[in-house]
Parts: sequence; structure tokens; C-alpha cells
Amino acid sequence: MTGGRHSRRLVPAYLATGGRAHPSRNHLDRLTTLHAACEEIPVGLCPEQRGVLELIQPGALPLVDAAAYLRLPVSIVKVLVADLVSAGLLHARPPIPQATGPDLETMEKVLDGLRALKS
Amino acid sequence: MDSARSSPDPRYLAGTDQVLIKLLIAGPFAVGKTTLIRAISEIAPLHTEEVMTQAGALVDHLAGVKDKTTTTVAIDFGRLTLPNNLVLYLFGTPGQRRFRLLWEDIAQGAVGALVMVDTRRLEESFEVMDLIEEAGLRYAVAVNPFPEAPTYDADTLRDHLDLHPGTPLVLCDARSRGQSLDALIALVEHVIAHMHMEPA
Ligand SMILES: Nc1nc2c(ncn2[C@@H]2O[C@H](COP(=O)(O)OP(=O)(O)O)[C@@H](O)[C@H]2O)c(=O)[nH]1
Ligand SMILES: [Mg+2]
Repeated sequence: MTGGRHSRRLVPAYLATGGRAHPSRNHLDRLTTLHAACEEIPVGLCPEQRGVLELIQPGALPLVDAAAYLRLPVSIVKVLVADLVSAGLLHARPPIPQATGPDLETMEKVLDGLRALKS
Repeated sequence: MDSARSSPDPRYLAGTDQVLIKLLIAGPFAVGKTTLIRAISEIAPLHTEEVMTQAGALVDHLAGVKDKTTTTVAIDFGRLTLPNNLVLYLFGTPGQRRFRLLWEDIAQGAVGALVMVDTRRLEESFEVMDLIEEAGLRYAVAVNPFPEAPTYDADTLRDHLDLHPGTPLVLCDARSRGQSLDALIALVEHVIAHMHMEPA
């Protein structure tokens, strides 16, 4: 069980941004992988934030899959995720090295993988 | 007791260390984007409902989602897990200029695009081809041979579509997994050829 204690700092964190305009969301992508950073979901979150955390309790999901299952636009989920990450409740990992994109070696492996499905 | 690990929920990724590769399946309405994604995806295609203001801005507050003046566009996608911790994500993208910010959001980080065309209405694919070229994305063109659609030889099609000689042009019945995989292979080969030419 968690009491209000664990959520003490969360409510202000969420209210501070009003759910909007957190800078870190600009670094979030549809394919950012989300996974849990807390074992139990604290109280004091809005239903949509709680929904994100409940969805990713069993395993890792890309942000866009979470948006699809939660029936929320990606732009909204980015805001929710940015706030949950700053509250320390969620890990968000970029899909690939953002600056460079996938390298040649990775794309060769993609090609091999696709060709193997044909045989 | 069975642990959750012994029968993993297929919705979730195999781990947190997967490399997610984004490809766009682009083209106008009813050209076969969702059909191709369904033919290839290991999960039933999913979709998000993106909400935009009349000015084309993406709505980023919950109250705005229910606002009656906004426009909703469904964007579907599918997933294909490959060996070596690689996961391909295929996004169906209508690519309309009036939804520019949505287009940029979807195209961000994409490795390449497969442009689907219907020979009865080639010009309907021009807008998304322009957007793809402006974004600097590599692409291949897949002609979806609908039964009533006229057939042209490759040179005529290339000419009409104003394709660079190096841009792959393939025939692809989007209902066929094999043909859809071939189209993706042509795209990835093209992306790789350019990586060889322009080392990062
Ligand atoms: N005959 C034929 N029909 C197709 C083909 N691909 C798609 N369709 C049909 O065309 C319609 C539109 O396809 P859909 O994938 O929904 O188009 P989207 O709007 O681009 O996602 C559907 O009824 C499909 O069953 C094809 O290769 N051949
Ligand atoms: Mg569709």
C-alpha cells in the first residue's frame, strides 16, 4: 500500500506544469520505449497518468502503443509521460541514437531479417 | 505457479533494450496502406486518434480533445519483430500538407518511406511524395495493382511520377505478405545503398 506520503511531491510536480509545456516532451518520440520506474502506483495522479502507469506495469511499451491502448492522442501522452518521467515514476528510452539514426550495420541486420522471413 | 514470463503478453516488447526502427507507409486514402500493414504486422494493426486545432496545431491538453472545433485523424501502425533485438514499426501516413505538424511528428526519426500509388489516381500520391522529399527521406514506390486500374510500363510510370532513376519502383498487392515484404526489402536496400554513398 502507498499512502499520500509517496505522492507528496508528485501532485505539485504535475500541477506545476498544468500538464503542459514541459520541455522534456520535445525529446519524446512515438517510438520512445516506456517502462515502469515504480513498483506501486502512488495516489494523487490524474486518471490519465495512472492509466499510463497501469498499462506499462506488465512490461515495456513504445509511447505510440500506449496512446493506442489508452485511446489518447500521441500529443497528450507525450505530456503525461514527460510529467511522469520528471516525477521519477517512469523510464523513457529513445528508440535509437537520436542524432544519427540507425547505422549501416543495423540496417543490414534489418535487411537480413526481412529476407529471412521470405524463405 | 506459472509466472507472467512463461506466457508473455504479445502486446509488450520483449525487453527494454529493443531497437525500434520507423518506416512510413505513405499514400492517399484507400490506396492500401492499412492492408499492407495488416499483411506484415505481427499484432493486429493499432491506431491513434490525433487531434488538431483548425490551425493544424496538435492538441496537448485533455480539455482540447473533446473540443468540437478540432479535427481528428486516425493514424494506424503495425509491428514486426526481427532477430537481433530489432523491431520494425510501420506507420500509415496520409501525408497532407494541411496537417504539416502531424506529418513532421510521424516522420521524425523515420528511416524511409514506401509510397503506395494507384494508377487510376497517380496525382493523389504527389503531395505525400513532395513532403517525403522535403523531409530528405529515402523512399521506394509501390504500385498497388487494383483489378480495374490501368497498367503502364515502368518507364511511363517513372516519367509520370518524376522518379529519380535510383528510386525503386515495385508492384505490390498489399494483401500479399510476400509481396509486401518484397516492397519493404526494396526500400531497405535503397536506404542502405545511400548509406554506403553518404557515410555518416
Ligand atoms: N484488389 C485489391 N484490393 C486492395 C488491395 N489493397 C487494398 N485493397 C482494398 O482497398 C481498400 C482500401 O484499402 P486500405 O488498406 O484500407 O487503404 P488505406 O486507406 O490506404 O489504408 C480495402 O477495401 C482493401 O481491401 C490490393 O492490392 N488489391
Ligand atoms: Mg487506412
